[in-house]
Amino acid sequence: MVYIKKDTKIIVQGITGHQASFHSNEMIKFGANVVGGVSPGKGGTKVNGVPVFDSVEETLHLEPEATMISVPAPYVKDAFYEALDHGIKIIYILTEHVPVHDSMEMINDAKLKNAIVIGPNGPGITVVHEKTKIGIMPNHIFKKGNIAVISRSGTLTYEIVKSITDAGMGESSVIGLGGDAIVGLSFVDVLSELKKERQTKAVVMVGEIGGTAEEEAAEYIKNEFKKPVVAYIAGRSAPPGKRMGHAGAIITRGKGTAESKIKTLNEAGVEVANYPQDIPELLKKKLKT
Amino acid sequence: MNLYEFQGKELFKKYGIPIPDGYVISKPEEIGDNIFPAALKAQVLVGGRGKAGGIKFANNKEEAINLAKDLFSQTIKNSKVKYILIERKLNIDKELYLSITIDRSKKRPLIMASNEGGVEIESVAEEKIFMKHVDPIHGYSPYISKILTKKLGLKDNLAKQFSDLLSKMYKLFEEYDAELVEINPLVITKEGNLIAADAKVIIDSDSLFRHPDVPINLDDLTELEKIAKEANYSFVELDGDIGVIANGAGLTMATLDSLLLHGLKPRNFLDLGGTDNVDIVKNAFPLVLKANPKIIFVNIFGGVTKCDTVAQGIVMAKKEFNINLPIVVRLSGVHEEEGRQILKENGIDAFSNMPDSVKKVSEIYNSIIKG
Repeated sequence: MVYIKKDTKIIVQGITGHQASFHSNEMIKFGANVVGGVSPGKGGTKVNGVPVFDSVEETLHLEPEATMISVPAPYVKDAFYEALDHGIKIIYILTEHVPVHDSMEMINDAKLKNAIVIGPNGPGITVVHEKTKIGIMPNHIFKKGNIAVISRSGTLTYEIVKSITDAGMGESSVIGLGGDAIVGLSFVDVLSELKKERQTKAVVMVGEIGGTAEEEAAEYIKNEFKKPVVAYIAGRSAPPGKRMGHAGAIITRGKGTAESKIKTLNEAGVEVANYPQDIPELLKKKLKT
Repeated sequence: MNLYEFQGKELFKKYGIPIPDGYVISKPEEIGDNIFPAALKAQVLVGGRGKAGGIKFANNKEEAINLAKDLFSQTIKNSKVKYILIERKLNIDKELYLSITIDRSKKRPLIMASNEGGVEIESVAEEKIFMKHVDPIHGYSPYISKILTKKLGLKDNLAKQFSDLLSKMYKLFEEYDAELVEINPLVITKEGNLIAADAKVIIDSDSLFRHPDVPINLDDLTELEKIAKEANYSFVELDGDIGVIANGAGLTMATLDSLLLHGLKPRNFLDLGGTDNVDIVKNAFPLVLKANPKIIFVNIFGGVTKCDTVAQGIVMAKKEFNINLPIVVRLSGVHEEEGRQILKENGIDAFSNMPDSVKKVSEIYNSIIKG
C-alpha cells in the first residue's frame, strides 16, 4: 500500500469547481472511495452523486482520511489547514502556483503532525493494484502490474506509464511528486515506502532539472534500495536561469542540471533513458537480470 | 520576480537595513552635485554586472555625466541599461557576504554568511561559508546571529549591527515572499558601520497577488517571451530553428531533449498546459511563427487536452495564419484517431509515437538544409 488503499475515505475540497468535479468523477470511475466534497456555500447539493458540505468539519461524520485540494492558489493554505486541523493525514494539493512560502509552512507543519502532503502542482497518486487514486491521472493508461513510477511531472508521466502498459507490462503505483520547487514528498520518501512494498518489483524515476532530489535519490538507491530502478531526466536542453514551465524546473547558480542528475544516477547503477519511450526496454532488461 | 538593485534597496530602506546614500537616474542630467566621490551602477536584472563593465567610479559631476552617458548606451548581457544607481562611495574596510534563500531539499529557509564577500558565492570554498537553516513555522530567532557572528569573528558593535540587520533581512524575506535576499558585498566601513552595498532580491512570482507594491520587471525576458507572457503561454525562447508546441512542462522538455539528441535545435519551449480549448491551441501558432522557425513540431499526449481539439486548432491556425511551413504532429492519448483523421483530411502528417515523429522532423529539416 502506497499512502492510499482501496477503502481510504477521500474528500474533495473545491469539488464544485470545473476541474475537481470532472476529476472526482474520474476517481470514482477508477474505484476510489470518494465520500464527500467541500465547497463553502454549496452545502446540501451533490456532485457526481457525492454529497457536498460547507466545511471540512461537516464531513467528519464520514471519517475522511484523505483530501484532494483543488481551490485557487491564494486559498490553498486555508483549505490545507482546515484539513490538517481536522485530523486528515493525507493531503493532496492539485493547485498550481501556490506561493512557495505557503508550501514551506504547510509541509513543515504537516510533518510535525504526522500528515503527508502530496504536491502541490502534481497529478496525485494512483495505486493500481488497489484500484484507487487521488488526483488527475487519466484512467485508461494503467494496467495492473509490478512497476512503480515516481515523477515530478504530469503529462510526461502519462506518456511513460502508457508506454509501459503498451509494452505488455503494468504498474503497481504511480506517484506524482509535483512540479514546484517545494513539494511534500521527495523521491527518497517514496522509495523508502516502495522498499517494503510487495507489489513493486521495479521502479521508474521521472525527474527533471532543478533542485537535487534526483541526486539524493541516487545516494539512497546506492546504499539502501535493492529493487531495480531506471530513470528519465527531462531538461537536457534547458538553458540556465530559465523556468521550463514548472516552478521547480530551473537551473540556479549552476545547480540542478540534467547532466549532474544523469551522472549521479548512473554512478548509483541507475540507467537513464535517452528518450521517454526507451523506458520499457530498460525495464525489461533490468527485470531479466 | 527579479528586482533591480535600487528596488531591492528601497525594500531594505523600508525595513531599516542600512544602505549607501544614493538615488536612481534614468538620464545623465539627473545627476546632482553632492554625492561625490560616487559609484555609478548600471541596473540590470542579470548577474555578473561588475565583470561586464557595469560599475564605474566618478570623482565629480562632469566625470559622472560622461560615465552615465556611456553606461546608458550599453547593453549588458543582452539587457539595455535603463537605470543607473548613483551612490556615495564607501570607505571599505572589509566585504562580507550574507543571503537568505530557500533550501529546496530541506524545505526551509537557509541563511548563508561568509567573510569572502564581493565575489560570486559559487567561487567561495564551502568551508568558508557559514550556514544556518530557519524553521519556517516559528521563524527567525536571535540565537542564529549569535552563532554566525562568532563564526564570522564579528565583535561588540559590529556583532550588534549584524544581528539587527539579519533579523530585519529575515523579516523582509518572510513578509515579501522572497526566494532570495542577498547582500554581496555587505560592507564594513572604515568608520565601523555595516552597510548593504548591493541588493539582490527575488520575489516569488506566485505570491504577487498579496504584494501589489512589488514592481513587475520583464527586462529579463526576450520580446517574444513578453508577448507570450501577455497571452498567458508558458514559453521560453531558445536559439535553434524547430518551433515546438507540446503539452505539459515535462513532456515539452522531453520533446526539446529528443530533438536535441537527433542533432536538431529547438527554437522555443511552449507548453499548452491542460486545456481543451481550440483557441488556445490555434493562438499558439502565431507566437511560434514570430520566432521564424523552419519547421513546427506539435507533440501532444492527450488527456484533459483532447487530440481532436488539438487537431482542429492546428487546422484552423494553418488556414487563418496561412502557414506554409512544414508542420509535423504527433498525437497520442484521448481521441487520437479522430485527431489524426482531421489532420489527414487537411494534408498534415500525423504520427502516433514520438520517435517516428522526431525522425520525420529530422528528415524534413535535413532536406530543407540541403535545399
